[in-house]
Amino acid sequence: MSGDHALEWLRREGRIVIVGASLAGLRAAETLRKEGFAGSLTLIGDEPHEPYDRPPLSKQVLLGHASADHTELPRRRGLDAQWRLGVAATGLDMAARRVRLADGDEVEYDRLLITTGVRARPWPHPAEAELDGVFVLRTRDDAARLHRRLAASPRRVLVIGAGFTGSEIASACRERGLPVTVAERGAAPLVGALGGVIGQVAAELQRAHGVDLRCGIMVTGLEGDSAGRLRRAHLSDGTTLDTDVAVVSLGATRNTEWLAGSGVGAGPRGIACDAGCRAFDIRGIVTDDIFVAGDVARSPHAIFGYQFLSLEHWGNAVAQAETAAHNMISSSSERRPHLWVPAFWSSQFGVNIKSVGVPSLGEEVIVAQGSLADHRFTGVYGYQGRVIAAVSFDQTKWLEFYQRQIETAAPFPPEYSSVDRRPEGLRPVPADFPDPSLPTHGPSVTVSGYSPTDQRITFTPARA
Amino acid sequence: MRLVVDLNRCQGYAQCAFLAPDVFAMHGEESLLYNPHADEAQREQVRRAATACPVQAILVEYPQEAPAAVEEGLSGVR
Repeated sequence: MSGDHALEWLRREGRIVIVGASLAGLRAAETLRKEGFAGSLTLIGDEPHEPYDRPPLSKQVLLGHASADHTELPRRRGLDAQWRLGVAATGLDMAARRVRLADGDEVEYDRLLITTGVRARPWPHPAEAELDGVFVLRTRDDAARLHRRLAASPRRVLVIGAGFTGSEIASACRERGLPVTVAERGAAPLVGALGGVIGQVAAELQRAHGVDLRCGIMVTGLEGDSAGRLRRAHLSDGTTLDTDVAVVSLGATRNTEWLAGSGVGAGPRGIACDAGCRAFDIRGIVTDDIFVAGDVARSPHAIFGYQFLSLEHWGNAVAQAETAAHNMISSSSERRPHLWVPAFWSSQFGVNIKSVGVPSLGEEVIVAQGSLADHRFTGVYGYQGRVIAAVSFDQTKWLEFYQRQIETAAPFPPEYSSVDRRPEGLRPVPADFPDPSLPTHGPSVTVSGYSPTDQRITFTPARA
Repeated sequence: MRLVVDLNRCQGYAQCAFLAPDVFAMHGEESLLYNPHADEAQREQVRRAATACPVQAILVEYPQEAPAAVEEGLSGVR
């Protein structure tokens, strides 16, 4: 059978299986049908719910403006698909082209798309994570549980980790009038995503809204009462904090364990794929029948030096799913690269934060418009003399311009004058990202003494 | 009915908040918060809001209607 005929056959009566029934899986399925795939389509999801949207969970849902049970994503078209919801995929046989399911069933495919995404990183101490009052926020069930607890007016909420999700949770709590402490081991909120210069603005926002923000602090332990209810947190500065709710917002872990031993190049950092969304196997050879999209994918991006980027962005999930679906049923000459320029948004403390490009690549940042002090500005990041990213606080309208600057590798610092340029923004300053070569997790441990019986271990909690 | 707003695309024009204030609301100067599950009674207001959006960032699935002809995905690819 020639390649053309094989492709025709695939499009007409092939079997496509999508593992991961969330945003990326759904949009990929729609794209397959839109582009004329007429064969059988199966979507497998470990959650019992049909695909739903997650961004509202840390905002509208916690504020009570929307119900966690009603965030299902609108469909672009009918799918004529078989849904296997509430059953996780547990294994993959690449040679036999079969996916194993938790209920013992097996599903055969001609093309496989993996969109299994990420899950919330749990509190590292399992017994403490089990305490009543300790939450994570990733799924709609998580959001429903947390919302119920917030509605019961806890005395204090402790948010552990001031990334975007943690900061949005803190914002929602303050809007509900709840006392909130945020513990962040870095020097400022959002520092990993946006750097220390912008992070300071995020810190000012939190404090201006009454958040008890503690930076350079780690939570070293969660303590419960005799009934197993959270009552206290222990902090790395030796203090304790009485609290009855703790929300663990320490980022996400990629859902790749089910691929262990399969031969797919999958691990804790995601699944490596080429720019056409085809997965690599562990030998570094690209597969031709297994594709990846969304949060679980790591793919090389031409604009960013062909670095492998993992992007936990809503827009990336949609765009990469569309590209993967197109490529799954196209000949090699018709395939497209995933060239989406990274972009995300956050809404916290009444401010709309948006970004394009990859800020964390930035060496320097310049306030191109507006002012940090006003909490309303556009910051532009430079990397090796070119514009690599931009972030806006309540200045969305300028971002599209900077996206073009990124796409065209415009020089940094910008050579043009712009509207509302202030004297303070005339010079680039170091963007102040944490040094990636330094460990950010865990304590420093030093050993003294020579013989095994003399050796003493000194434990120093990490500081930012 | 189900709806989603591509907030990468949204520029805070707030047309939706004027046309369907029970579903869309501005939060601060530029942030949009919306109810992803709008009440059926809001159908015409939501339709007007989605149509009026200057950047066409609102995707709605209306029950008992064929899915809207959204051919270019709401992916933030402009």
